[in-house]
Amino acid sequence: MNPSNNSPLSIWQRVWRSAVREPFTGDRRSRLRLVMNNLVLHLHPSQVPARTLRFTYSFGLGGLAGLLVVILAATGMLLETAYTPSPDKAYTSILALSTRIWFGQFIRNLHHWSGNLMIIVVALHLLRVFFTGAFRAPREFNWLVGIALLLLTVMANFTGYLLPWDQLAYWAITVGSSIIVYVPFIGNGLSNVLLGGPEIGAATLLNFYALHISIIPMAMLALMSLHFWRVRKDGGLSLPRGVDEPPVSKDENVLTVADLVRPEAVWAMVALATLVVWAALVNAPLEALANPDASPNPAKAAWYFMGIQELLLHFHPLVGAIIIPTLGLLGLGALPYMDSDMNSVGIYFRSRRGRWLALFSAATGVLLTALYIVLDEYVIDFAGWFYGLPALVSNGILPLILLILGIIGYYEFVRRAFRATKCEGVLSVFVLVLAGFIVLTLVGVFFRGAGMQLMFPWEITPTH
Amino acid sequence: MTENQQRLCAPESLHSQTGIPRRDFLRLGWTALAGVAVVEAGVVSVGFFLPRLSEGEFGGVFKCGAVDKFPNGSVTPFNEGRFYLVRTQDGGFLALYRKCTHLGCAVPWDQTKQQFICPCHASVFDQNGDVLNAPAPRPLDLFQVNLVGDQVQVDTSKQTRRDRFDPTQIVYPT
Repeated sequence: MNPSNNSPLSIWQRVWRSAVREPFTGDRRSRLRLVMNNLVLHLHPSQVPARTLRFTYSFGLGGLAGLLVVILAATGMLLETAYTPSPDKAYTSILALSTRIWFGQFIRNLHHWSGNLMIIVVALHLLRVFFTGAFRAPREFNWLVGIALLLLTVMANFTGYLLPWDQLAYWAITVGSSIIVYVPFIGNGLSNVLLGGPEIGAATLLNFYALHISIIPMAMLALMSLHFWRVRKDGGLSLPRGVDEPPVSKDENVLTVADLVRPEAVWAMVALATLVVWAALVNAPLEALANPDASPNPAKAAWYFMGIQELLLHFHPLVGAIIIPTLGLLGLGALPYMDSDMNSVGIYFRSRRGRWLALFSAATGVLLTALYIVLDEYVIDFAGWFYGLPALVSNGILPLILLILGIIGYYEFVRRAFRATKCEGVLSVFVLVLAGFIVLTLVGVFFRGAGMQLMFPWEITPTH
Repeated sequence: MTENQQRLCAPESLHSQTGIPRRDFLRLGWTALAGVAVVEAGVVSVGFFLPRLSEGEFGGVFKCGAVDKFPNGSVTPFNEGRFYLVRTQDGGFLALYRKCTHLGCAVPWDQTKQQFICPCHASVFDQNGDVLNAPAPRPLDLFQVNLVGDQVQVDTSKQTRRDRFDPTQIVYPT
């Protein structure tokens, strides 16, 4: 271990030694110390419970999100050198990526698809944590940090969406940022500050550029550090367990190097290879230069906001765009504080009954939401039925109260009809609302044509 | 009493004189100053971000031309200014901001139907900008129309929201 004291080290050996701090010999002690002494590996403890390595427990989703951040930072920094954030030059600089800059199109594709994928991965990570009950004490606060990171991921995508300055970007951001105007009292001012004026223009592009390349990434970096640190402080991953297995407090530990690091590296390489192939084959969308005089028909927000845009077709904007999403977010944040059943931590969907209820609630959520969308298109007309009332009441508050009563009713129904525990009841409502939101998003993206009319995907012909 | 008081051996009477212990007073002072610093930083950041409009662009005053240029019942688009200059059947003027009040799309004028029809979400407005068909929650916003001599000018620096169309919104040449 200790090189002989007699022979002096060469300068290269001395540099190497100064960097690695301690030579690696491969024995158990050295492996433990390697994790402690390495900045990146130090995110892990030096030993982990063997059963947390099960791939089908975590699916490596948190790590995957971390990998995407690294890819996005690397490709983003390259793109910064090729991009000019002004309405005159933005679009041409994006065009230049595909015509004049070596690998420009590929780097943009990689950045574009990684950004979109990250929303999906972060959302799946949230679902994994919820479905395994891993958000309960002592991990409640990290759940909140995770939600903040999800919002920042969406914000990063939203601000990046405008930068190509094509028709798609311009009108998606117009529609998306118009939602802000419906925030009570401060909405108009907020929108003016964000856009740097009443409409999207040069100031908006510069604001979004600054948000996209520095303000949001810096905030994410800070929160990611907190998030990773808390994972370790809160005792690492929750221990997975089978549905009929008794709780385990201790488990056999394995060494992080290499029992954890090896599968992580394999998963990262599989993900990276898949992304690289995808980015080489599928181009990021780019439409004609933005034209503020001509809105496309239909004009849709980015896909991750289509659930909210679909809600806007059914409710008064204040309710559809502000109140319901806010209630949803507050509910999401409150979940670990409402739920205290520690017995099911580590079991997917809580219990056998929980699994069955999740399936039942998903089916119910899909059917009810789809039914409501179709009925609202042809039958339901709150604004017409209560013509004398202001639209905010007839088409906003009233259906909102019905919706909330429906959700409470579903909870009580599940509790009584299926003798579900409180915790299984909360799970059922969560799945119900989640299924509804997914249906809203899918309908918004695939089943809305010109004038946002309900139609089948193959009937939609986009016009510009 | 509290640990601090014991350590300082402050006589009880001293506290009742001042009403608030020195330690608490200082702590309150620091907290208040920290609060002021946070507010200052917030005001500076928001102020720095505030919209910066330049003269002559959208946000300034537009000279549209002589009154006679616009026949009664006509709708003339001004793309630079993002508005339509409407001349009503009885000769008055309205400047309508073309931004749909639903989700901000640019609303085109349909000459044959004599309506503004939003391509994004099918809101329909009449010639006065009043809502004929939801989802738009309110009529198109207005810009100030000024008649200087026989010249029509539209000030786009500030849009006026309105809940419904009202004939007093129309500006008539004298």
